[in-house]
Amino acid sequence: MRTLIFRTIAPYLTSLMVLFSIFVLLRGHNDPGGGFIGGLIAASAFAIYGIACGVSPVRRALYFHPMAISGFGLLLAALAGWLSIFFQVPFMTGLWTKISVLGLPVDISTVMFFDIGVYLVVVGSITSIALALEEREHG
Amino acid sequence: MAAETVDLSHAMVTAPVPAGDWLVIAPVAIPIVVGAILLMVRHETRLHASLAIGGLLVTLATNVGLLSRVLADGPQVMTMGRWLPPFGITFAADALGASLALVATLVATVCAIYAQKDIEATGRRYGFYPFMFLMMAGVGGSFLTGDIFNLYVWFEVFVISSFGLLILGSTHRQLDGATKYAILNLVGTTLFLIATAYLYGIFGTLNMADIARKADAMRDTGPMMTLAVLYLLAFGMKAAAFPVNFWLPASYHTPRIVTAALFGGILTKVGVYSLLRVLVMLFPVERAELSGVIAWVAAATMVLGIVGALAQSDLRRVLGFVVISGVGVMLAGLALGTQEGLTGTILYAFHSVLAMTALYLLAGVMNELGGTYSLHDLSGLYRKSPLIAALALLIVLAVAGLPPASGLWPKVLLVRASIDAGLPWLSFAILLTGLLTTIALGKVYILTIWRQKEPAEEGAAAASVPMPGVGYASLIMLAVPVLLLGLYPEPFIRIAETAADGLINSSAYIGAVFPAGGQP
Amino acid sequence: MEAVLSFFVAIFFAVAIYLMLSKHIIRILLGVAIFGNAVNLTIFTVGRIVREVPPIIPEALQTPDTITANPLPQALILTAIVISFSFFAFLLVLAFRAYQELGTDDTEGMRVAEPEGEPLPPLGY
Repeated sequence: MRTLIFRTIAPYLTSLMVLFSIFVLLRGHNDPGGGFIGGLIAASAFAIYGIACGVSPVRRALYFHPMAISGFGLLLAALAGWLSIFFQVPFMTGLWTKISVLGLPVDISTVMFFDIGVYLVVVGSITSIALALEEREHG
Repeated sequence: MAAETVDLSHAMVTAPVPAGDWLVIAPVAIPIVVGAILLMVRHETRLHASLAIGGLLVTLATNVGLLSRVLADGPQVMTMGRWLPPFGITFAADALGASLALVATLVATVCAIYAQKDIEATGRRYGFYPFMFLMMAGVGGSFLTGDIFNLYVWFEVFVISSFGLLILGSTHRQLDGATKYAILNLVGTTLFLIATAYLYGIFGTLNMADIARKADAMRDTGPMMTLAVLYLLAFGMKAAAFPVNFWLPASYHTPRIVTAALFGGILTKVGVYSLLRVLVMLFPVERAELSGVIAWVAAATMVLGIVGALAQSDLRRVLGFVVISGVGVMLAGLALGTQEGLTGTILYAFHSVLAMTALYLLAGVMNELGGTYSLHDLSGLYRKSPLIAALALLIVLAVAGLPPASGLWPKVLLVRASIDAGLPWLSFAILLTGLLTTIALGKVYILTIWRQKEPAEEGAAAASVPMPGVGYASLIMLAVPVLLLGLYPEPFIRIAETAADGLINSSAYIGAVFPAGGQP
Repeated sequence: MEAVLSFFVAIFFAVAIYLMLSKHIIRILLGVAIFGNAVNLTIFTVGRIVREVPPIIPEALQTPDTITANPLPQALILTAIVISFSFFAFLLVLAFRAYQELGTDDTEGMRVAEPEGEPLPPLGY
């Protein structure tokens, strides 16, 4: 699979897919999309990069170990639920607030952080499975 | 947001939730947080053990708090995300769930302590402790959730984590065992999902309290019997009941001994718990119809399980069959369905969690001392360490159901209950199982502890084995509750009675989930 | 519509069970994948099928004014898909490893954990 064309295109394709995955993640609150599908898109992006350029460049590019990313996502999702304890509402209640970014109002919620957590869990675990399979194929 | 203009009190919990209610969710949410942190620091293997033991101790403390609250004030409820039940996912802790969650966490804490020695740096880097925490989150969630689809999700959480634990080390034996374990457990949980799909189609709700209160009106309309049979098959598979138990002896002897101790102690009991919860609380009439089948399954599981144990020459494989036999004894109470029978089953579950874990850890310590699990070679342990002989005697007596250890009282209750219910052959099966267990484990005891090999062979092996201090400490930690349950059983019997009563008369459980008695 | 779908459910289950009865792990895995889909289709069918009206309550009302689609079965299916997907990914890796290490995907040949002809335990001492 390591043809010249594929190797040249893969970094651009990967970055485009990761960007798109973040778009899908963030639009997920009111439209089709969300953490799981976004995470799958990002994981397939890393898998493509792995097929084109080998596994170790992917690991270097990710910097953190995929399972550590997964763990961070799980922590983020759980803490988004735990935040409710300070507002005297049950676990996993959606809490909303508005902040202003460059003069535009932006809704921030625990639901979003939970979804980002899901995204990271999916990216981490699926990438680690994909890389493990690719490593074995080449090595 | 426009939501502020709508009156939310029709759909949402509006009263503030005191922090004390968080005890219901804490036994699940704390292991998830700690497991996530452990996953992030996977390569700092020196931190793992202390972080894990600390996390489990905090979880244990919340479990104690939860159980004492449940025993004082009845079932405790928290519904996720403020949605009113049955729309929100409810966590409902009654005496059965809270007490089993407590015992399971206690056992997991002891295993975490033992694992310091058993799991070396490679295993830790591979993720022993994170998987263990995710498994405990799944087990805690299964015991405490009040929603049947949520129960399915927690099942999958602990089953997937248990795969990770099972193949830790990736030897050939483990890959072989794990393949069979994984596929058969997947089929079992999928059956559970099928049953849940039909249940949703019939009731239109997944909240267990809601199902329990609607079940009487549905009795003759829906295919309730099909549901009950499907659940019996699905949970029976998870609990390793007789015709569908072959995944257990194929896999439980392959992983590290501490993993096997966790599995043997906790996982089958989750299946038994789910059987109790679903068949006794949700489908009592159908359970009564099925009681003949369940009684035969129970008798076959306990007797054939222990007969299997007699024929094994690997110590760990003996234990796998002993676990199965214990499941059969617990199913006997389910078959009877009376207050006394269920009390016996629940008390046996407490005993079984403690004693099976202790038995596996005992095998681990024996292996450390003698260097093998084979009954042909393992011998002369009394000479090496009289302490292990004493601890082994206590644990063997407990598993065989003899005084002064914990196995006696639940068997007494079950035997009496089955005679009262007019099923003397079932009580005969329980007593026969006790006899065969005594033979099987007594043989193990004689061979490993008392038998002396030729002095020439003995000298080479016995040269310098370090005393397994951590192993002794963990065994003593389990031996204390085992002995306590045998010598002073009243408080435990009372907890088990409360739990059994809560299953048969589910009005307290329903009332806790729907405080206003409001119509859906 | 329900009748057609239940017919498909039956075909899915039949195919899945047929494949799972095979001796080869890879066929069993294919069967398991189809089994999961059969269950998802079951959930979809038992959740009652109605026209695709999104279940959104109009403002100033307490309940929806028409019959809407039931969102719960879809949520259940989504959860079940996620779970069976991760399960399947894991099983695939496991089966691949087992095939590499044990050199067979025939379940009758996989006797490493429970070897044939093991000796009986010592009968005396």
